Amino acid sequence: MPHVIRLQVNGDRYEVAIEPWRTLNEVLREDLGLTGTKHGCGQGDCGACTVLLDGRSVLSCLTLAVSADGGDVRTVEGLAQGRERLHPIQEAFIAGGAIQCGYCTPGMEISALHLLRRRPRPTEAEIRAGLAGNLCRCTGYAKIVAAIQAASARMSDEPG
Amino acid sequence: MSQKPCIGVNVPRVDAWDKATGTAQYTDDLSLPGMLHGALKRSPLPHARIRAIDTSRARALPGVKAVITSADLPRVRYGNWRFSPNTQDEYALAVDKVRFVGDPVAAVAAVDRDTAIEALDLIQVDFEELPGLFDLDAAMAEGAPRIHEETAGNVSVTREIDYGDLAAGFARADYVRDDVYLMPPVSHAYLEPCSSLAQADSLGRITLWTSTQTPYIVQCLLASVLGLRENEVRVIKPYVGGGFGGKMELRSWDVCAAFLARLLGKPVKFTQTRDEEICAGRRRHPMRLRSRVGFTKDGLLLAKELIVHLDGGAYNSMGPTATFLVGNLGAMLYRYPAYRYRGFHVYTNNPPAGAMRGFGAPQAFFVAEGQMNEASADLGIDPIDIRLKNAMHPGDKIRGFATIGSCAFTECLERVAEMSEWRRQRREMRPGRGIGVGCYSFVTGGNFNWFDTKYPFSAAEVRAYADGAVHLLTMAADIGQGSDTVLQQILAEDLGLRLADVTLYAADTSLSPKGDLGTWASRVTFMVGNAILDATRQIKEELFKVVALKFDTNVVHSFECKDGMVRVKGRPEKAVPFGEAVAMVQSLRRGEPLIARGSYTPRDMGLVAPTYSFGAQVAEVEVDRDTGRVRVTRIHTAHDCGRPLNPQAVEGQVEGCVQMGLGYALTEELVMRQGRTLNASFLDYKIPGALDMPGIDSVCVGGPEPKGPFGAKESGEGPVSPTAPAIAEAVWHATGYRARRLPITAEQVLRHLETNPTANDDRRVKP
Repeated sequence: MPHVIRLQVNGDRYEVAIEPWRTLNEVLREDLGLTGTKHGCGQGDCGACTVLLDGRSVLSCLTLAVSADGGDVRTVEGLAQGRERLHPIQEAFIAGGAIQCGYCTPGMEISALHLLRRRPRPTEAEIRAGLAGNLCRCTGYAKIVAAIQAASARMSDEPG
Repeated sequence: MSQKPCIGVNVPRVDAWDKATGTAQYTDDLSLPGMLHGALKRSPLPHARIRAIDTSRARALPGVKAVITSADLPRVRYGNWRFSPNTQDEYALAVDKVRFVGDPVAAVAAVDRDTAIEALDLIQVDFEELPGLFDLDAAMAEGAPRIHEETAGNVSVTREIDYGDLAAGFARADYVRDDVYLMPPVSHAYLEPCSSLAQADSLGRITLWTSTQTPYIVQCLLASVLGLRENEVRVIKPYVGGGFGGKMELRSWDVCAAFLARLLGKPVKFTQTRDEEICAGRRRHPMRLRSRVGFTKDGLLLAKELIVHLDGGAYNSMGPTATFLVGNLGAMLYRYPAYRYRGFHVYTNNPPAGAMRGFGAPQAFFVAEGQMNEASADLGIDPIDIRLKNAMHPGDKIRGFATIGSCAFTECLERVAEMSEWRRQRREMRPGRGIGVGCYSFVTGGNFNWFDTKYPFSAAEVRAYADGAVHLLTMAADIGQGSDTVLQQILAEDLGLRLADVTLYAADTSLSPKGDLGTWASRVTFMVGNAILDATRQIKEELFKVVALKFDTNVVHSFECKDGMVRVKGRPEKAVPFGEAVAMVQSLRRGEPLIARGSYTPRDMGLVAPTYSFGAQVAEVEVDRDTGRVRVTRIHTAHDCGRPLNPQAVEGQVEGCVQMGLGYALTEELVMRQGRTLNASFLDYKIPGALDMPGIDSVCVGGPEPKGPFGAKESGEGPVSPTAPAIAEAVWHATGYRARRLPITAEQVLRHLETNPTANDDRRVKP
């Protein structure tokens, strides 16, 4: 029996009728066409599906969509403001060589945003702890950590 | 105005914007109108005869559109080694029997994924279980059951290398080591699970979007399985979320998606789950390596005998290459005056192993470097010094299969010793801490035509337009390593253009020039780069003619493409903007566009590779003496990759290699019991996270490689090998524990510490 839920995603309002067992990840990717959020394991271990739900960082593959009813979701598609105005985190990832295959990138960026909102000037150890739930197999994390440091410096200069 | 160079500088990746904004589309992100979802029914048993399959209940489930078994498919076996058809041993769906837990038995297409998965449980397979063979000795035992009917003894591939006088070498040796090493199966653990989406046209021709490193190989093999002509199959590689060797074959789901799309007239998509990836995806070969090596008392190598048994699992996959490479790499890095190699690829009822980053090298060098470190301790020679005595040099020849081109191995050793303050640290480290070294070499591309391609090994088509834009078409497959970027750098640099003038169209077999063998063996920058330079040479020849004509240049002059101009060298006023020069060529050809096709095939360069990378790495560790836990605190790498074309990208490759090597050393192992993989999630199969990674410093050492495009050679795979032996040596330095198997677990170290409470404390005074 489908349930009707309401979501605000990246500022846009949606109303969708879904089966109760479907995950937020499935609804974002399949019903809303927001495929930027990835699905790396479906077991809550890799973090590629990380999104913000009401400001909290959640694993969308383990979040039932019905539990997000009425919620405010931010995904990777909601980071940039237009083609020319990338979020400082995105700019730092690009300039710093923090992206290789790119499959972990959306989750990494969202985790970085979540971290920098709580701790605008994190130490390296705090950044690494903030990424503990996001796996990357390409980069060894070095350039991701450095990019978040660079973004943190930029964001404390301007409101993000 | 002079332009910034495109080569040797940190150009941001051309795909970074797409990937940073979530715009990049990977195969599972694609959907087509009316698309159906597929799923595979996999064997729950490691070895069994299939008596019957009843699909009636599954077919009756509302929403199920088709259920297929091997009875529906053409009986065509496939495998990457087309050169040796007898090695092609796989069917898309099991015929008569299953050979590993996860062997695909049937496939379903349904209106949605949930229905497809529900249907899998309704398929009833009547199995007659057969005895399973899970280790090398059982599989090779006299009278063991055959896993493949035609392979008696279950050894499917053998390889021998012999040179020099082995007996004389060992007879002269003052010191001989004879060790057995055991290497574990590990997972590629790429973040993007494999996915493929197939669509058929009215004539049954196929378009397949698939996460692959080798579009051309998938095209050819898929055509052969479906009974189509090669050019009736179009393979498109969307963005790929990592491969590391695990996505370089035609796979069951590619065949099933294409077959079902033809059968049903609707697009069909299959996406693997992580559980399927870990349990039934390809993996790095587990191996048993016995190595006997002889030295003089001064530490000079005299002879080596390496006998390797590879647990290939149920099918050959890329096993023939592994069997070949581990033997070749066993003779690399040092001068072995005599060498004997015997390699045996053994079928078992474990999941099949395949190609994985550094193919054969992590195993070969864990052994070679481990023995080098043990010899150093026993002979009282510093580990770096003993390596310097035996190091390969440019121009060295390995009889019968390789000639070493550029080689800065000695410089790498010296440099990494400096970076890590090796001599001081090795002497002064306090108990519980250790420092160790490991080294590596790797191929830059492969010379052997195992796919039996009828086309050049790589090709590039360059289209120059009068508006100054240039298109580059290539089959090269960027799977995250950054080849799309570096290939555009090469093209822009050679034509004197900006990166923004170049647009790349890659990895669509209907548009990309034939052929290319794909992404493996660290071949793309080198081989496709050379193909591009072959094309630009032809483009420039045409452009130079019109400039010569326009300025009526003296015959002694030469020309160049630089700063967006085509011009007479040393006469900057005699210049035509690139686009204008193209327009002149096109006008002279009465409208025919300026297009050139270049190619590259290595010839007369031995059996293995055109050239080789080298490097050395030092690891620093801390061992917790109460728990046995090893923490890596620092990694230093000196890497000879020829000239780095994009230093930031090279650094990224080295850092990624360190991560994979660190996992291999300390945490990664597919835990097997009776053919079943017990740790089928990233929670239980532990790849290093951000908190596990040490600081990494890396430098590029050595000069340009003469055969490489702008001097480049390999950088994406070699550095995966040294980390485990360097860590193992550092653990020994800290604790006295010698690891001859991986991973080095806390349990092993703790057991050693408990039985040797003062271990290591007296080792400090020795080198």
